[in-house]
Amino acid sequence: MKSNTLTIIKKEFARFFGDRQLVFTAVIMPGLLIYLIYSLMGTGINSMISDSENQQMTLQVENMPESMSTMLLAHNVPPMCKVVTGAFSDDDIKKLEDKELNTLLIRFPANFDQQVEDYYSLESESIPNIEIYYNSANMASNMVYDRLCDEIMSFERGYQINESGAEQPTKKYDVATDSIDSMIWSKILPMLIVMLLFSGVMAIAPSAIAGEKERGTIATLLVTPMRRNELALGKIVSLSCIALLSGTSSFIGIALSLPNMIQTEGAELGLDYTVNDYMALMFIIFATVLIMASAVSLLSALAKDVKNAGTMITPFMLVVMVAGLLPLMQDGATESLASYAIPFYNSIETFTAIFAHKLQWSAVLITVASNVVYTGVAVWGLTKMFNSEKVMFSK
Amino acid sequence: MEEILRAEGLCKTFTLSRKQQKIERTAEKRKTAVDHLSFSAYKGEIFGLLGPNGAGKTTTLRMLSTLIRPDEGDAILDGCSVVNQSEEVRSKIGFLTSELKLEDFFTPNYLFDFFSHLHGVEETTTRERKERMFSRFGIDKFAEVKVANLSTGMKQKLSLVISLVHDPEIIIFDEPTNGLDVLTARTVTDYLQELRDEGKTIILSTHIFSLVERLCDRVGIIIDGRMIVCGTLDEVCNGMSLEDRFFEIYKEQKGGDE
Repeated sequence: MKSNTLTIIKKEFARFFGDRQLVFTAVIMPGLLIYLIYSLMGTGINSMISDSENQQMTLQVENMPESMSTMLLAHNVPPMCKVVTGAFSDDDIKKLEDKELNTLLIRFPANFDQQVEDYYSLESESIPNIEIYYNSANMASNMVYDRLCDEIMSFERGYQINESGAEQPTKKYDVATDSIDSMIWSKILPMLIVMLLFSGVMAIAPSAIAGEKERGTIATLLVTPMRRNELALGKIVSLSCIALLSGTSSFIGIALSLPNMIQTEGAELGLDYTVNDYMALMFIIFATVLIMASAVSLLSALAKDVKNAGTMITPFMLVVMVAGLLPLMQDGATESLASYAIPFYNSIETFTAIFAHKLQWSAVLITVASNVVYTGVAVWGLTKMFNSEKVMFSK
Repeated sequence: MEEILRAEGLCKTFTLSRKQQKIERTAEKRKTAVDHLSFSAYKGEIFGLLGPNGAGKTTTLRMLSTLIRPDEGDAILDGCSVVNQSEEVRSKIGFLTSELKLEDFFTPNYLFDFFSHLHGVEETTTRERKERMFSRFGIDKFAEVKVANLSTGMKQKLSLVISLVHDPEIIIFDEPTNGLDVLTARTVTDYLQELRDEGKTIILSTHIFSLVERLCDRVGIIIDGRMIVCGTLDEVCNGMSLEDRFFEIYKEQKGGDE
């Protein structure tokens, strides 16, 4: 790297690290706040869940079928429920509506098992109907209802497979559970990471370029013999490094608070990633920060002052947010390698693939290479802007 | 006399915004700030550009310092063209104007080292030069104080020192005593004379007649972006005081209606 570029990087670092308030605001505070907020949220949620679990519920079953009694009584599902059998009236349902009854009511048809047999042996087209009455405003009632539905669906699925002579698919079911965990992470984390990295860039870039224009200090740099491209490169690299620190702080905050956030019984994080995954993640984070710092630097250079830069960057931030939401709307990362050359989208897609345990090194390479090329283009653009008297000195 | 600066037919036109059109009370969308301006400066002299506000003095100096590019014409400074060799020009000049500011966050010590580095000055030279100049301007006592906490006069002196970190042959100062108290102004003008005695060439813009009379070897009067008259003080004044001569020229140019 050229000597003047290094001088600019050193100056930006000295400016940043010399300002304790700025370091606290941009690096320490994001991670600390995320940790505290997520941990408090986790504690709050877990306390609510724990309260619900301690609440004694009664599950009243009318016409308890033999096929279901094992599941409902012997397995004691759901665990926090006392299960009683017996008919219930419309008055009981009304009491439930009026929140007077801490009970779930479930009514099976009188000959439920026979109806099921008839339905699956195609002797009848009538589907056996189960009525469940619960209070959706009560968390404990909701939880029992969800567990009950899961068990009934599981019973139904098992019944279908048994009928067709296949083996009980216990293993397959477990594997699917792992995939679901990874899938959830691959949908949530890309947006989270991108937003954190972007907020890191936003915390410093407008002040470093638009701020210098506003304060008149950029002109002092422009009358030195330093080449404009050295200045542009120095600015982008230093901003990327500082933004990376800010992003790292946020990431540490999330990582430390996740165990507090997800303390639900038996929850598995699905975060068993390999060294390769982490390496790819590091490359992509760096490439993403580079392209973000480049784009924000270009917009900041166009702006007249820091306030104007904030206004100009907002629409761009919305685009990044929408890109971050894409994994929620699609089923896994794209397989088209050409798509990994589209800035921002490529980062989101690669993050999605990594978190879904579907790392493709070719996609990582294309993402990193294309982002480096775009950064080069941004350095060229920023150089042009530093050379343009209209951009630098317009009032 | 060795010619060290030659401006030939410099032109610069700006597009006016609606706001500027209102301020200037004109419907014209473009304004010619500098109109085919030519002059020369020689080694070891102080050359003054004299003119009213808006005459084009600052624009001319900004073109000479390569902050802006001429629409037409060129200027050669110590053999380098402002149009084609802007980096080389910047390494040969020291430029000071009120629009150039120093980062409030840093100390004079840090800024001197930083700008010396950007100018490619060796470390030992930087140390010696810093000691000498800080002592000369009384900055040594404030070397570790952040710029934000310095007085206006001290900031001005620091800006002057920073513009000269690389000991340039040509020094371009836009209104060098503007906004300075009498003591600081005197320090600056004394130093400009010292620099001239060392053989440096100084180009300065001003609208203060006494300053030109006291400092400048030669003067150019600019009105409406054009160089009306240029020469030694005796040649320009033609036996009159500079102030009287200036208003005579001004009336001639404006048709006696101002």
